[in-house]
Amino acid sequence: MKNRGKQLIWQNYQKDIADDHFFYVRSCIRQNFFPGAETTFLRILKDVLNKDVYDDPSHTTCTGIGYHTDIVPLETTMTVVARQFALMTEKGYKNFIPSCVTSFGLYLEILETWHNYPEVLEKTRSNLMLATGRSFVLPENIVHASDVIYKFRSEIAKKAKYRLVNIHTGKPLKVVEHIGCHYAKMFPDKSVGGAEFPRVLSGIIEEWGGEVIDYPERRHCCGFGFRQYFIKANRGYTFSSVKKKFDSMSPYEPDLIVTNCPGCNVFLDKGQYVISEQEGIVYSRDGYGIPVLTFEELTGVVLGFDPWDIGLQVHQVSVEPLLDKIGVKYDIQKKYTDKNNRLLGKPVKPTLLKTL
Amino acid sequence: MGNLADRLKADLHYREGMRACINCGTCTAICPAAEHYDYDPRSIVELVQRGDEEELETLLKSDAIWYCGECMSCRTRCPRNNTPGLIIMALRALAQETGFFTESEKGRQQIYLKRTIGHDILKTGYCVYAEGLGTDTHPEQGPIWDWRQNNWKAIMERLGANYQKPGPGAMRQIPEEALNELHKIFEVTGAFERFEKIEQFSEKKAKQLGLQWDDSLNNEYIKQLYNGNSNENSNN
Ligand code: SF4
Ligand code: SF4
Repeated sequence: MKNRGKQLIWQNYQKDIADDHFFYVRSCIRQNFFPGAETTFLRILKDVLNKDVYDDPSHTTCTGIGYHTDIVPLETTMTVVARQFALMTEKGYKNFIPSCVTSFGLYLEILETWHNYPEVLEKTRSNLMLATGRSFVLPENIVHASDVIYKFRSEIAKKAKYRLVNIHTGKPLKVVEHIGCHYAKMFPDKSVGGAEFPRVLSGIIEEWGGEVIDYPERRHCCGFGFRQYFIKANRGYTFSSVKKKFDSMSPYEPDLIVTNCPGCNVFLDKGQYVISEQEGIVYSRDGYGIPVLTFEELTGVVLGFDPWDIGLQVHQVSVEPLLDKIGVKYDIQKKYTDKNNRLLGKPVKPTLLKTL
Repeated sequence: MGNLADRLKADLHYREGMRACINCGTCTAICPAAEHYDYDPRSIVELVQRGDEEELETLLKSDAIWYCGECMSCRTRCPRNNTPGLIIMALRALAQETGFFTESEKGRQQIYLKRTIGHDILKTGYCVYAEGLGTDTHPEQGPIWDWRQNNWKAIMERLGANYQKPGPGAMRQIPEEALNELHKIFEVTGAFERFEKIEQFSEKKAKQLGLQWDDSLNNEYIKQLYNGNSNENSNN
């Protein structure tokens, strides 16, 4: 492989990932869109890996989306972040793991600003004290939730029920990994593997038997763009980015896309519906599109959790073709039911994109 | 007050994002906003580096500073360690301070973001509260989203959320005292001042344009900026 040398350079970007005793902060987007992914993540940490993880009821949004739509000033965001650190300090934890990639990038950005401008840290401390009476110690270790899965990837592989291999052909599944921009593009040295060849998801995929696809627009943003998605008049920005990525990856015929950022997952999943309705294009031979899983969901699948407990039914692109390739057993009757197994009605079918 | 260039230089985003630009255009080459819009981060960084007051004022009043998606892809690639995305954040802050944001179509959209995301943060403790945001305003979310909206609570409970209840968990009810603390932080750190400015300048502009204005999301001014597109912005 010609780019092997370059990949090795990026492998220099390594970091410490704490081993246990995590303070978990949730993602607003993930809770709204994929609540099952966070449930699954905690289940993996607690029940499969036997880790201690604290889920504080009193933490809030980091204001990240307000900050990146420019309505919330930096000083405010810094103080809200300081409050999250204060909650961690009060509970006796030192290892901070955010679920959201926007938050992760923002925590790193703020820690860097405080490092470069100690007077800003002092000002934030006094703002927090004035507003809440709280004080805080800086985290010893701060990593994204996907970094934790990366760290324990071989342990998970040993406990896994399935591998990322097509049971019909015996070949590795072809997987696209999409890393949220704010995971490594701002602070490559705070990621696993850097910004160009991050290992956080590709390392997981290869460990579990899959093959990672390297395609031209691999590092292109999903197109969220904050204000560009939230306002209808700007939304073309988002879906033209999505289309650019799919046009670029589809010749490689991926079986699956995995994301570590909740926003990216929404756009890569729903974007396939938009493109099918607007352009008449579906990016897979079978007409079902390419399933898009979050890293927590994928981990739950290989560990053999019930797909409908993980929450795979909330994606627009049906996951069954993927589950069939992996050999996962599931009960289709339970896909659209509530916690008491009562059918909640079925979603309407799109015009072109096939669904189950 | 001070002049615009000095005010920019005092902004932490500017100080972190602006070193010295060699005008190489790498940022523009990899920028997703530059693919979609008539947008060129290189020329913005260059203009800001020149620091000419008149040019700065024109820039702050233009659509150009509102095209960026803050993905920060430019940060990785700039050979001189500049971050055009951070410079954009400083420009946007200043445009809101001065009221220049209402002079452009895309800048006027800030009022919508303030009244949705800004209000959600303070009311719920989440920056996005998607229950009730249906496919009428978000058609791209597809039929699966209609199913979710129709069964919001049941699906939340099925997937282990602690929906609107006290205690930990996804979509839990964030405690009143946490919301009060957020409120207090917003007060102490100047967020309400920015909110107030966005409101006041927007109201003034609505009147100037002769568009109906009230404090809902359904007034003529907001409906126009949420749905409308002059199509003068796009590359294609
Ligand atoms: S990449 Fe950096 S140096 Fe080159 S034009 Fe952009 S900001 Fe200037
Ligand atoms: S942060 Fe803005 S200017 Fe930089 S690459 Fe992303 S969209 Fe372009």
